[in-house]
Amino acid sequence: MKPATFDYVAPHTVHETLDALGDTERDVRVLAGGQSLILEMHLQRIRPDLVVDINRVAGLDHLNLDNGAVRVGALVRHGVFESPQAVPGPLGRLFALAVVNIAHPPIRARGTMVGSLAWAHPASEWCAIALALDAAIEVRSADRAREIAVHDYFRGALQTARARDELITSVRFPLLGDNTGVGFIEHRRTHFCFAQVAVATALAVHDGVIEQARIGLVNCADRPVRARAAEQALVGAEVGSPGTGYRLPDGHPFIRAGRIAAEQDAAPLAEPYADPEYRRNAIAVLVGRTLRQAATDYQVQAGNGATGGRL
Amino acid sequence: MKIKLTVNGEQHSLDVEPRRILADVLREDCRLTGTHLGCEHGVCGACTVLVDGEAVRACLMLAVQCDGRSVRTVEGLSSPDGEPHPLQRAFSAEHALQCGFCTPGFLMVAAGALEADPTIADDSERIDGLVESNICRCTGYEPIRRAIMRAAAESASRGKP
Ligand SMILES: Cc1cc2nc3c(=O)[nH]c(=O)nc-3n(C[C@H](O)[C@H](O)[C@H](O)COP(=O)(O)OP(=O)(O)OC[C@H]3O[C@@H](n4cnc5c(N)ncnc54)[C@H](O)[C@@H]3O)c2cc1C
Ligand code: FES
Ligand code: FES
Repeated sequence: MKPATFDYVAPHTVHETLDALGDTERDVRVLAGGQSLILEMHLQRIRPDLVVDINRVAGLDHLNLDNGAVRVGALVRHGVFESPQAVPGPLGRLFALAVVNIAHPPIRARGTMVGSLAWAHPASEWCAIALALDAAIEVRSADRAREIAVHDYFRGALQTARARDELITSVRFPLLGDNTGVGFIEHRRTHFCFAQVAVATALAVHDGVIEQARIGLVNCADRPVRARAAEQALVGAEVGSPGTGYRLPDGHPFIRAGRIAAEQDAAPLAEPYADPEYRRNAIAVLVGRTLRQAATDYQVQAGNGATGGRL
Repeated sequence: MKIKLTVNGEQHSLDVEPRRILADVLREDCRLTGTHLGCEHGVCGACTVLVDGEAVRACLMLAVQCDGRSVRTVEGLSSPDGEPHPLQRAFSAEHALQCGFCTPGFLMVAAGALEADPTIADDSERIDGLVESNICRCTGYEPIRRAIMRAAAESASRGKP
């Protein structure tokens, strides 16, 4: 199918954009990368009255550091994060591990991180990472600006706390300390599919002991999930040496955390080719593997003097 | 809506509805039917073209978004005297096409990467990423990978002093 008719504007300033979004009588949609919106318009699952193309708005493509955090503007494309140096330290490594799982280079050249957060698909890598890392969503409407803490933001599949007249101008991530090891592993049927399950982790380590664990689960419920019970179970555990065997022993803290994430944190839905039982099994396995990857990342970095250099 | 597109160096002044995607406007208004449409979902990559030098899916971009921009399609790959592009020669040499439906998309995704960075021949993971970007139902991909490697190696050696 082809998109149904709509009106189109391409403002040059945030101010003009917010004016256009203020028309709440009609179905008004922001067009960022268009890699979800135009697809939905082809399928006519979305038939906007007005499309507000923000690609010509000045100042939305900034990626900058601000007081221990990185602020990602609404027009920063996925592809930017392919380089682990785009963002300093472990956060840049985590983004680089995750981003290659999002579609392909031509889609990553257009699609944006903020667009993914706005769309809020349960299988979005960025959404689960934002949730695990306590990101803040910065929004503006014609008469106010506010910040939405990420744990208040996701309300279900494709549902968020953003009001219809609000533009997400940027998302802010606190940087991760140099004592952090990161991991990201995704499982899917083919590269053209969305994640069946994916896991993001960041382990903050002090004296060989896990001080804080962050675990984000992708496509493990109707919205992104933070695996808080599993995180709690890891605090105080030793990161240990990564070991050489293919599997960790059954009683290992990472294996235990995987089981807790699958049974207590996740709420997987049935999907074609993946019933909830299968998915719980996949979650347990992937959480364990991702924690191990993060522990290895920590050790490699610590061995290199933990300067936040590249892997 | 009135827009100006530069396609393969040639200016086109067009009047298009906002709902029309770039691929349709290239095919129907500019009469450049080398850009193919397979899925119209961003998946197959047959529609890949360069917009301001960057490979994008022409089925997931509106033509009006390209107002004032420069588009390059498979018709713009060969030199003005008709000499095939190194990628086209490499695709022929490596038998990287059978039915040819996917070929314009693969050529453009490779051309975008190669022109941005002539050293991609050294990075087999990057080349794998390009080959995985699009779908080919005939060749089994390996000849396509070899063709891109061949063209990349050629352009890298040409780039050396
Ligand atoms: C073949 C294919 C495979 C894909 N695979 C994956 C994948 O594996 N993982 C994944 O996460 N994504 C995947 N995607 C989707 C892709 O990542 C999109 O880029 C992303 O979901 C949306 O970002 P966008 O910038 O393209 O937003 P758009 O498509 O422009 O917008 C999406 C929605 O968000 C709204 N919106 C966008 N920006 C703003 C803003 N600043 N303020 C308010 N509202 C806004 C729009 O109005 C629209 O409703 C895939 C897409 C394709 C075509
Ligand atoms: S037609 Fe555009 S990706 Fe298939
Ligand atoms: S050559 Fe037939 S689809 Fe690729």
